[in-house]
Amino acid sequence: MQSFSYSKAQTVDQAAGMDGRFIGGGTTLVDLMKQGVETPKTLVDITGLPLSSVETLPDGGLKIGAMVRNSDLAHHETVKAQYAVLSEALLSGASPQLRNMATTGGNLLQRTRCPYFRDTSYTNCSKRNPGSGCAAIGGHNRMMAILGTSEDCIATHPSDMCVALTALEATIHVQGPKGDRAIAIADFYKLPGTTPNVENALEPGELITHVTLPAPRKASKQVYLKLRDRASYEFALASAAVVAETSGGHIRFVRVALGGVGTRPWRSHEAEAALMGKPATATHFRAAAEAALKEAKPQSENGFKVELAKRCIVRALTTATA
Amino acid sequence: MASTTASPHGIIGRPVPRIDGPLKTTGTAQYAADFHLPGMVFAVPVQATVAKGTIRSLDVTAAQAMPGVLEVLHHGNVERIYRAVPNDPNATVSETRPPLEDNRIYYWGQYVALVVAETLEQATAAAAAVKAEYSAETPQVSGELEPFAGTWHTVSARGKVDEAFDAAAVKVDQTYGTPVETHNPIELHATVAAWAGDTVTFYESTQGVVNHRNAMAQILGVPRENVTVITKFLGSGFGGKLFPWPHCALAAVASRRVQRPVKLVVTRTMMFSNVGHRPLTEQRFRVGASADGKLVALRQDALNHTSMVDNFDEGCGEATPYLYSVPNLTVTSALVQRNVGSPMAMRGPGAVPGLFAMESAMDELAVALKMDPVELRLKNDASIDESNGQKFSSRHLRECLETGSAKFGWSKRTPAVGSMRRDGKVLGWGMAAASWGAYRFGCSTTVELGADGKVRARCATQDVGTGLYTIFAQVLAEKTGLPFERIEVLLGDTTMPEGPLSGGSWSTATVLPAVAGAADGAIASLLQIAASTPGAKLEGADAKTLRLTEGRVHRATESAAQGVPFETVLQAARLNRVSADSTSGSAFEDPKAKGLSMHSFGAQFAEVEWEPEIARLRVSRVVTVIDAGRIINPRAGANQIKGAVVMGVGMAMLEETVYDPRNGQPINGNLADYLMATCADSPEIDVTFLDYPDYALNSYGARGIGEIGLAGVAPAIASAVYHATGVRVRKLPIRIEDLLQSEMREA
Repeated sequence: MQSFSYSKAQTVDQAAGMDGRFIGGGTTLVDLMKQGVETPKTLVDITGLPLSSVETLPDGGLKIGAMVRNSDLAHHETVKAQYAVLSEALLSGASPQLRNMATTGGNLLQRTRCPYFRDTSYTNCSKRNPGSGCAAIGGHNRMMAILGTSEDCIATHPSDMCVALTALEATIHVQGPKGDRAIAIADFYKLPGTTPNVENALEPGELITHVTLPAPRKASKQVYLKLRDRASYEFALASAAVVAETSGGHIRFVRVALGGVGTRPWRSHEAEAALMGKPATATHFRAAAEAALKEAKPQSENGFKVELAKRCIVRALTTATA
Repeated sequence: MASTTASPHGIIGRPVPRIDGPLKTTGTAQYAADFHLPGMVFAVPVQATVAKGTIRSLDVTAAQAMPGVLEVLHHGNVERIYRAVPNDPNATVSETRPPLEDNRIYYWGQYVALVVAETLEQATAAAAAVKAEYSAETPQVSGELEPFAGTWHTVSARGKVDEAFDAAAVKVDQTYGTPVETHNPIELHATVAAWAGDTVTFYESTQGVVNHRNAMAQILGVPRENVTVITKFLGSGFGGKLFPWPHCALAAVASRRVQRPVKLVVTRTMMFSNVGHRPLTEQRFRVGASADGKLVALRQDALNHTSMVDNFDEGCGEATPYLYSVPNLTVTSALVQRNVGSPMAMRGPGAVPGLFAMESAMDELAVALKMDPVELRLKNDASIDESNGQKFSSRHLRECLETGSAKFGWSKRTPAVGSMRRDGKVLGWGMAAASWGAYRFGCSTTVELGADGKVRARCATQDVGTGLYTIFAQVLAEKTGLPFERIEVLLGDTTMPEGPLSGGSWSTATVLPAVAGAADGAIASLLQIAASTPGAKLEGADAKTLRLTEGRVHRATESAAQGVPFETVLQAARLNRVSADSTSGSAFEDPKAKGLSMHSFGAQFAEVEWEPEIARLRVSRVVTVIDAGRIINPRAGANQIKGAVVMGVGMAMLEETVYDPRNGQPINGNLADYLMATCADSPEIDVTFLDYPDYALNSYGARGIGEIGLAGVAPAIASAVYHATGVRVRKLPIRIEDLLQSEMREA
């Protein structure tokens, strides 16, 4: 572990633009620093910033401070009642101890569990060493992504929370040296392409201050379903976040996002298109699942994820439209 | 020891809490890595990043110059570390090759250097700065052991198995596999080594302080009496800590070099490469039966992988020759070398992977026969050990099967695949028989009655976390009538009389006769003193007519209340204490055990819930019935069996160490990526002990329970999985990708 300097930011204005890595709960960053994967020269502790509130907005939406802990957010009454998919996703992730530490802003920036990314003895990792290739291709790749991969990276985005936020069409608010801006979650995460080291739209010095969610659709039902080998404390093999509204047995509104299969939280416009206006039946759910996975590119060990993700989508849609 | 009040009456067989529990729940129990000695420094190994080849160059100059670094040891500058004498049962090491012996690399993660520094952080940073270059070759880490062209050796044989199999009416011929599983006790391996002149003390995480002392003396080239090993508490070992690993010698050598105490804690990731694993096995089973289900042929050909430097035989045929009655049987085995660290016994070595294969084959045979799997076992129950013609000392497998069947509700099972449902889920029910050998080895113990009113036992064995301290205390309470508050049990220190290695489920059976004998001896001396101390209340009594009850010496014809507290007897005689030593021998030398086949037995019944629509399978219920002799402490005993069942869920469904085929690295070497069962994966577990004493093994009739609980769990689950899904998984673990092969079935 390299030495680093540490300072504690007193205000958001002071933090934004500071030269260094922000540290909230530290559940990803400290881990990766111990592994030598992250080697920040300066850590800026943002746990003292006043970003820990959850507020209902005048338009009926929700504003979630970047420092709101995962466990607090999951158990927040408004979240449980109106954004159930988010609460369920949070509670399916990690362990109670980790959720007590992990923050909303930090989880948006959670990094992959790819073992080759986390072990610096592998020099061929474009996420760490741009242009060096991908050690996971041809290696142990059972947990790797099947959507959005490239020759340079097949690492899975690990978060559950971000999958729910994607289905909820969240907006991420940041403050930086050039001022404030709002980024739709759809624009926030980058595909790896040839630059898997660039994971999101943040500019240097930009600090996530909060996340906003649109007003809940009163008639919608929400579901988060996570499939994995064991019952707890494991990343998803496949997960699905669904927000759906039906009337007269037909789907009038639907958002589908997938976890555990993509290089980023995976919004499936293809599945949504296959469902809109259609009867809420098993046949259409399966067709939507097929559409969502049409472009899947499995590796040597994770071909099963294609069928598993399809079944995950079908079950989530079935539950959300029941 | 801290204490818990327990009535001394009927203390043997009572479900008492462990006397060391409060020390653990309050964090005051000291494990090896908890010892902080004055002047202590830290050692961190540097690991090879190739699995086969040689070290071409090792540049330690940068590391040597870093802050706090005292020494960097490597093959070019380390003193001679001697080898252990091959096959010395009293001084065994896990890996024959001493660390840093030469520049050759046999497995990924092998230690190539050791950095010693003032702080752990400095040592860790300097270890990362050691630059090694290798001439690397492609390692052999394949998980496929066939085709195998080497030599098989016969483990057991009777009759003419191949002819009988060929002629059998119903046959199963299948190959079963179990993966590499890594021992993951929550306490990491750790060594604190401290030299004082030419003597050395180890604070160790070991399952055998005496063996550890003997092996270290041999390796370091010093007399045994110059080595002390202390293991007060162990955060378990599951076999991985039976014998010393290379880091133990490295810590000692480093301490001798820098003349300071050295602490070396193996990291969780190193646990996956450097301190053993259950080896990969591949076992072909051929089982033949008559049309009515009588076994006529049983053949097991078992391969297991081993390392390049050690021949580790898993012994997959442990249970095969005696579990069932079959006239024609052959068991053979062979080893296949791989570029992996040396394997080591893991809970139920041989029997556990062997029974996965055999009991899966039996389930397949039951399906082929259209016979109930319990009935098939009952029909082929053995009345004698047919491998050697010996009688069993105590065998109640039939009752295990019948009791388990009744408790589980087996009679309600419908045999068709996917035919049972509950709450919208498919149920699968499976079962398996289990067994494990029963052993007793030599043990010496001292028991003393003190003038301070306490009774103490001392023995150089160790409590791996399962309740041995409490077993000692129960015997002392039984013998003296004292409550636990007045009982002290001192274990885990080689300055005490030699006790057993904690392995093979033999600790309880081994220590009971010694501690009972020493207690009897000390009490006899006490009564003699009571009768012969001038002026004392009982002076002149015949010692034979005196008793020690509730801590008081009294005449047999009178009550304890009319007697004298034993400490008063000692004080009157101006004695600080009275003590006795007792040594008990091994069962192999005991005429009572001669000519008897001694084993524990069990039956495992498992229920799984299957949701085919989302390929989700969970183990929901396990009923386990254990015939392990008399159970001394049913509370600690049931705790062990439940833990073993959870471990069995992990074995069946989750655990597998994966080696990257390109460089041989165990690539999932951490507790997030190597999956073990969590609390959420734990089924409802019902444990029953039959509690038939086995007096051939010792006077208490106790056998052991450490391993039997894991035997049979994985095949019971695999059979339940087949019953639910129609998918027969013959290679563990059972994964979602296997289950996705299941056809969807209508309710």
